[in-house]
Amino acid sequence: MSKSSLKQTLQDLESKKISIRELNQDYLKRIKEKENLNVFIHFSEDNILKQIDNLEKDNSTKKLKGIPIAIKDLFCTKSMPTTAASKILQNFNPTYESFVTQKLLDEGSIFIGKTNLDEFAMGSATNTSFFGNTINPLSKENEPLAPGGSSGGSAAAVAADLCLGATGTDTGGSIRQPASFCGVVGIKPTYGLCSRWGIAAFASSLDQAGIFSHNVEDASILLQSIAGFDQRDSTSAKVDIPNYFENLDDDLNGKTVGIPKEYSIDGTPMEISQIWEDAIKVLEKKGVEVKNISLPHTKYALPTYYIIAPAEASSNLARYDGVKYGFRSDEIDSLDAMYENTRAQGFGREVKRRILIGTYVLSAGYYDAYYLKAQKVRKLIADDFNKAFKECDFIVTPTAPSAAFPLNEKQSDPIKMYLNDVFTVPASLAGLPGISIPFGKDKNNLPLGIQILGKHFDEQQVFNVALSLERSYE
Amino acid sequence: MNNLIKGEKHDWEMVIGLEIHAQVKSNSKLFSSSSTKFGSSPNSQVSLVDAAMPGMLPVINKYCVEQAVRTGVGLNAKINNYSVFDRKNYFYADLPQGYQISQYKYPVVGEGKVTIDFKDGTSKDIRIVRLHLEQDAGKSLHDQNPSKTYVDLNRSGVALMEIVSEPDIRTPDEAGMYISKIRSILMYLDTCDGNMQEGSLRADVNISVRKPGDEYGTRCEIKNLNSIKFIKQAINYEAKRQIEILESGGSIEQNTMLFNTSTGKTRPMRNKEEAHDYRYFPDPDLLPLEISQEEIEEIKSSIPELPDELKNKFIKIYKLSNYDASVLTADKQTSDYFNKSINSDPELKNHAKIIVNWITSELFSLLNKNNFELINSPVPPENLGQLVKLICTNEISGKIAKEVLEDMFSTKKSAREIVDKKGLKQVTDQGEIEKVIDEVIADNQKMVEQYLDGKDKLLGFFVGQAMKLTKGKANPKILNDILKEKLNKKD
Repeated sequence: MSKSSLKQTLQDLESKKISIRELNQDYLKRIKEKENLNVFIHFSEDNILKQIDNLEKDNSTKKLKGIPIAIKDLFCTKSMPTTAASKILQNFNPTYESFVTQKLLDEGSIFIGKTNLDEFAMGSATNTSFFGNTINPLSKENEPLAPGGSSGGSAAAVAADLCLGATGTDTGGSIRQPASFCGVVGIKPTYGLCSRWGIAAFASSLDQAGIFSHNVEDASILLQSIAGFDQRDSTSAKVDIPNYFENLDDDLNGKTVGIPKEYSIDGTPMEISQIWEDAIKVLEKKGVEVKNISLPHTKYALPTYYIIAPAEASSNLARYDGVKYGFRSDEIDSLDAMYENTRAQGFGREVKRRILIGTYVLSAGYYDAYYLKAQKVRKLIADDFNKAFKECDFIVTPTAPSAAFPLNEKQSDPIKMYLNDVFTVPASLAGLPGISIPFGKDKNNLPLGIQILGKHFDEQQVFNVALSLERSYE
Repeated sequence: MNNLIKGEKHDWEMVIGLEIHAQVKSNSKLFSSSSTKFGSSPNSQVSLVDAAMPGMLPVINKYCVEQAVRTGVGLNAKINNYSVFDRKNYFYADLPQGYQISQYKYPVVGEGKVTIDFKDGTSKDIRIVRLHLEQDAGKSLHDQNPSKTYVDLNRSGVALMEIVSEPDIRTPDEAGMYISKIRSILMYLDTCDGNMQEGSLRADVNISVRKPGDEYGTRCEIKNLNSIKFIKQAINYEAKRQIEILESGGSIEQNTMLFNTSTGKTRPMRNKEEAHDYRYFPDPDLLPLEISQEEIEEIKSSIPELPDELKNKFIKIYKLSNYDASVLTADKQTSDYFNKSINSDPELKNHAKIIVNWITSELFSLLNKNNFELINSPVPPENLGQLVKLICTNEISGKIAKEVLEDMFSTKKSAREIVDKKGLKQVTDQGEIEKVIDEVIADNQKMVEQYLDGKDKLLGFFVGQAMKLTKGKANPKILNDILKEKLNKKD
């Protein structure tokens, strides 16, 4: 299966080598062939054909005109329902378009469908969705693998070549880990680079939109399209967005890479340590100085994350109460009964678990010991990175502690599942940009990912390193 | 002053603190651009943010923040350069987000104080603990359908200022004066329309009782009172209830109460098991609110004259008493009216007290009787000034002036016009008055004899007769003088 890149496709469209219709029909065909992967929560051929019709009538030049993009079903879209993979938002049709998807529409892209995810983005395997598991396209016949999560549908959509790019959201690793599992590129930009307006919230201080793509160049093109200040999001950053693609430069000579010793964790598979070393060697060869750095509070990142994220989630998800929109239980003898039954029946297990954790850590008497302390530790973790970035230009680590695992393997043990985020969560807490690119395979020939972390709003550096590693690997 | 209330066994003192919720005067809501207009059809002023649609985010309305700062300055309070919006989490049908955005640990305004003035000329400071900004909730309508509750979100997200006082208040009257004073300051500042009927201003009252000198007792909070009358009633009832419990050996349970306006009684709102844990935490959708010293100074420089400043000015310029000046400045409408009135003629400067009396007694009673607001008074301030001038220059008597004012009120004509047209000008001509007096004396010889026999009180009778003949227009002083002179000559 040879996948054409976004960059190549844009050239082919430009030179009329292929029409928008031909291009998308090709993708439509593949989507239908791959229905068994359960990549999409919402997919409508009619809707796609209508978008093609409209674009054919449109004579203006648009940067992404006709490019099929898959949208994580956490982004509110006017033309398609939005569920957050939850029963509680079943049949919810937003009257508004999220900032990120509006930007993609403005540039002429075609929304190929809404991709599956963990319910409200809570999970690491896309197995908590009300609409069933997504299957990793790299699975062998008899052994279905998890695509990672929470943006597993989007990662799988790119991996199975069902689109030329996809949006995701990353709260603690929800773009980078599934990118690693599915062998694609996934970037989570700096917190604040892309507006959160119109994305159903999981944990507001961590949620950030990002991109999946076949390669680094494509990611740089797409990220530029969705980034930018939005006055409707108070945490949106007023920064100039460079032309990442035009500025790509794989010459890293004279740069310094930081290698954090705390990311060497006991029990990490050999293969992962191996690709990490390989990546460092490649960088060394390119004239990059290798510096061993320390991020001393790394070990507290996971517990900190699993206090802050559920705390915010417990409050963010309070709006799903059966009063205004979405699912409402039939058993509504009283107001309390309506809340209890609607939320008991409307949310899945993992979401309920996190609401309970979040409610607990914010309760009177526990707030100081959990939430407040977690906020202090979060600050220490961010300070670790700030100090480290005085000594290095970027940091390289593995993306996830394993390759894609078989579906259902870790379902019964939430703690084991949470450990998937061990390498991705610290940068989330610090709000830093991170990318995962495929870099090597394990013994079962499954892809493994390398993570590159940069300074705040230094996505360009992250892309440059990723491009350099990608080229060396190819 | 004795502020104590008698119990069966001994005297008790009330300890009262108020939390005033004042709706910020602003065209749009605290975190959305929806209109705040009162009385619009249900759910016609609801944005996606107000309805808490998925992915919607609050954005602070800077004007509301300025209004809060302005209010803080008016309350002589510390403005905090750094404050934080928190989420107060609880479920209710008219709370779409499942939380209210409020300020908990770091309010925008800190400690301040306001002064209340008593009739006896004394005054008292009530300390303010804080003022913070928060969102209002929507409204649940239980009476629109026999089996359903409807929700109107027009009010959802409207900005409120919660102004919290220290427990410095000791009587229901003080509570009333305090809320009037706050209302007055807000209206001078134009930061709240002060309309208690529409709920723009409402209060929660915290009250406990103690034996004088004791520590504070356990308090109860009476929620959501929207008139000064109800606040006083509720305090009186609640204090009595608490005293009865304590005197019969019981103890007060800290509780949240509701006041029933038709029975005049308080009752507990919820029991202990239902007590809320609001799980306050900083709203991650909003950055901390930072206000620079320059911004604060700019707002300070735009603050209009406030009631206390104006009061002191009136005392100084017009030699008014503290109480008169405070009555005059309690309401911006009143002080504006007074200002226009006294400035309508340079000669009125020395007759300020008379103007105050005519505004606060005669005019107010006419307005009350006819259900008018001062701002819509049929008697404009310049006309009242003219009337007072006619009194002060002895053109008409006070008694005639009352009639003239009533005429002015109903016909909207000026005082001069009415006096001229009806020939009400006071008779000051000595000869004319003498003529009338002679007539009265001649017609009432018997009375004159009795008067001369020592019944001094009869002087009033002669004055009355003479006034009757002059249709009340005789200058009373001249009349009196001549009458006495003539009667005494007979002796």
